[in-house]
Amino acid sequence: MDFALSEEQRMLQDSISGYLEGGSSLECVRQVAEGGGVRADDVWQELAGLGVHGVLIDEDYGGVGLGHLEAALIAEALGATTTPVPYVASSIMAPTAIAAAGSSEQKESWLPRIAAGEIVVGVGVTEQIGRRESDGITSAGGNLTGKAMFVLDGAEADAYLIASDDGAMHMVDSGEVERQRLKTIDRTRTVAEVTLNGAKADTLSGSTTSREALLATIDVGRLILAADTLGAAQTMLDKAIDYAKERRQFNRVIGSFQAVKHMCAEMAAELEPCRSMIWYAAHAYGAIPEEGRAMACHAKAHLAEVGQFVARKSTEVHGGMGITDLLGLHYWFKRIGFNRQLLGAPELVREEAAKAQGWI
Amino acid sequence: MDLEYSPEYQAFRDEVRQFLGEHGSKAPRPQGGDDRMQPRDWQQLLIEHGYAARTIPREYGGYGAEPDILKTRIIAEEFARARVPPGHSGDNRLVPTVLELGTEEQKRKYVGPSVRGEVSWCQGYSEPGSGSDLASLSTKAELDGDEWVINGQKIWTSGAKTADMMFCLVRTEPDAPKHNGISYLVFSMDTPGIDVRPLVTMTGEAFFNEVFFTDVRVPKDQIVGKRGEGWFVANTTLRYERGGLGDPNEAENRFLRIVDMMQRETVGGVSLMENPIYRDRLLKLQARILAMKFNGMRVLSHNIKGEEAGLPRWIVKLNGCELNHQMAGMAVDVMGELGLLYDGSPYLRDHGFWQARYMLDLGLIIGGGTAQIQKNMIGERALGLPKEPKYDQAAA
Ligand SMILES: Cc1cc2nc3c(=O)[nH]c(=O)nc-3n(C[C@H](O)[C@H](O)[C@H](O)COP(=O)(O)OP(=O)(O)OC[C@H]3O[C@@H](n4cnc5c(N)ncnc54)[C@H](O)[C@@H]3O)c2cc1C
Repeated sequence: MDFALSEEQRMLQDSISGYLEGGSSLECVRQVAEGGGVRADDVWQELAGLGVHGVLIDEDYGGVGLGHLEAALIAEALGATTTPVPYVASSIMAPTAIAAAGSSEQKESWLPRIAAGEIVVGVGVTEQIGRRESDGITSAGGNLTGKAMFVLDGAEADAYLIASDDGAMHMVDSGEVERQRLKTIDRTRTVAEVTLNGAKADTLSGSTTSREALLATIDVGRLILAADTLGAAQTMLDKAIDYAKERRQFNRVIGSFQAVKHMCAEMAAELEPCRSMIWYAAHAYGAIPEEGRAMACHAKAHLAEVGQFVARKSTEVHGGMGITDLLGLHYWFKRIGFNRQLLGAPELVREEAAKAQGWI
Repeated sequence: MDLEYSPEYQAFRDEVRQFLGEHGSKAPRPQGGDDRMQPRDWQQLLIEHGYAARTIPREYGGYGAEPDILKTRIIAEEFARARVPPGHSGDNRLVPTVLELGTEEQKRKYVGPSVRGEVSWCQGYSEPGSGSDLASLSTKAELDGDEWVINGQKIWTSGAKTADMMFCLVRTEPDAPKHNGISYLVFSMDTPGIDVRPLVTMTGEAFFNEVFFTDVRVPKDQIVGKRGEGWFVANTTLRYERGGLGDPNEAENRFLRIVDMMQRETVGGVSLMENPIYRDRLLKLQARILAMKFNGMRVLSHNIKGEEAGLPRWIVKLNGCELNHQMAGMAVDVMGELGLLYDGSPYLRDHGFWQARYMLDLGLIIGGGTAQIQKNMIGERALGLPKEPKYDQAAA
């Protein structure tokens, strides 16, 4: 019994964080965000070299075949630096769907390119969680019709993974669709609306008879968004503590004022257990299948709540500086807000956790 | 990440289960019954099997096992699972302190009887003028020949009415700086000059007391640690006490009771669990309880490896006590009018457990270091934020 990261996991963490600190600096984030870019291409390629896009992909298909805990540690590092790359959809959700429901030809055709970072896959599943202004997506004779809103990492993707109303999942080439980027609060990831008019689709063969693969894809997406929030919130807390040790008012550093100290202590007291929760949820997803879904949902909802609390309090600790663009703190604030809404806001996801435990 | 127990521990767990299967039904309970053992006999049985006073050396009345945090945890888990009252290790504040800092004679004299349940203790720290600022305490003891003579007053002393002995902080060096003038004395509650006056709390019970000392004479050698070093000794004790408050496993057990209640209780024929607003509140609490449970597993793993857990340990008292109180509040709320019944009223659910806990757990947010003091410590010791400028130092 050892509830801790292994030596290898700590090394992975160190190598990814070590690279991102310089590679995805605030200047890099600003460049993408202010320039209307969709991602930091050089970072994306560099991460490919570190094996990031193939973290969950089998070695047979060009990946490194690690587990969800490793995937979560990477997400945490990306969130900590608000790295502008399409990790959640392209490197995590799409491979999960293809591995779970694809035929061997489909795996052969998609997974190696995803693992190498050669293609980016946007993921459109939100209609199957909570449909808003869409009439849904129907699939007939290998063609998809309808509108997928909120397609994650969807602005300039090379292909799309789209879920239709019957719970099946389909790979669609970008040439087959019309897409429009939606402006969101967070400019470090993209969301697009994808319109399908009889688009030619490569239906994942194992997803036509059961919704399980779709649900698994959503579970893993939720878990990884939660891990991203953990990283982003930890950075906001660290910045608040640093600022509280430096900034002086009334001839004292503000961290010696109890009101400020207690804000920091409350953030730490709320956030620190979240780390253990992410570890457990990520570990359970593979190792304790009967708890996997409930834990992924709990992680998503709880990190959304704690992330929001930390984002707000950390901003307050920074005073007026907190809401300016000068410090760039808002990038983390918005990243946390984005993660909260996507794939189900907390109330919705908690209901899923209740269902997964058989309480309703 | 390895959540499996090795064969050695799995076998140990089986052993505990087997013991509980054989003897669990004989454990003493408040409701009684003819086949029940007396608490002291039960405790003796547990010590003999190594399920109580496990790591206390044999010569002081314990079982004498090597410390093994995981085995200790397995025992606690299995007793909780079987809902069998666990044993104790004497007093979880005094006994470890005496074992660590007491003389050989003190260990022999105090540990065995405490472990066997023959002697019970109360903690005389807080005073009317000294709560959070405990080191300002003013109850004084002066040496007169071979005896300390104690005068002053303690307050909030839990269990003082029934306890046999007190461990007590007194000021012995009035001219030293406040932290260096304190000593740690132990003495019988039967000593002449001690007057215990119960204080009724909001639950209606009087488990704490005021304790007055008028020329109370205590043999000189009943001091633990050196003269003037009582603050250090007391912090040893507080460390043990704080470890126990806010235990996440206990919180999870209580949470499961709420789930059970919400599935059983109905309003207008509909179970409480079917109410989406109650359910959302329940799930929100569950997430926080689970997070603290996993945090506890992380702390445990650090402890097993002899590492300092740091921040994950500092937050246990604050979060655990807060969650217990919120759980009780939720349970009372979802019971609606049933939640206002008390004192053995008809229709009372669970013997009024949640109504009482709502009040008791608020007390535990305050006792053992208030929530605000916990936040000071998290801020200063775990996050490295600067201390507040001290008023008394600035004035001095
Ligand atoms: C259930 C229970 C059992 C207890 N049992 C015992 C016992 O057996 N033996 C014993 O000796 N004592 C016992 N106590 C006493 C307990 O340790 C004290 O109540 C506690 O330390 C707080 O002291 P106080 O009550 O004097 O409150 P105060 O210290 O007067 O605090 C009042 C308020 O001021 C705040 N405050 C004080 N100082 C600071 C600061 N520096 N920064 C921010 N806020 C501050 C506190 O957080 C609190 O909100 C018990 C208390 C309770 C509730």
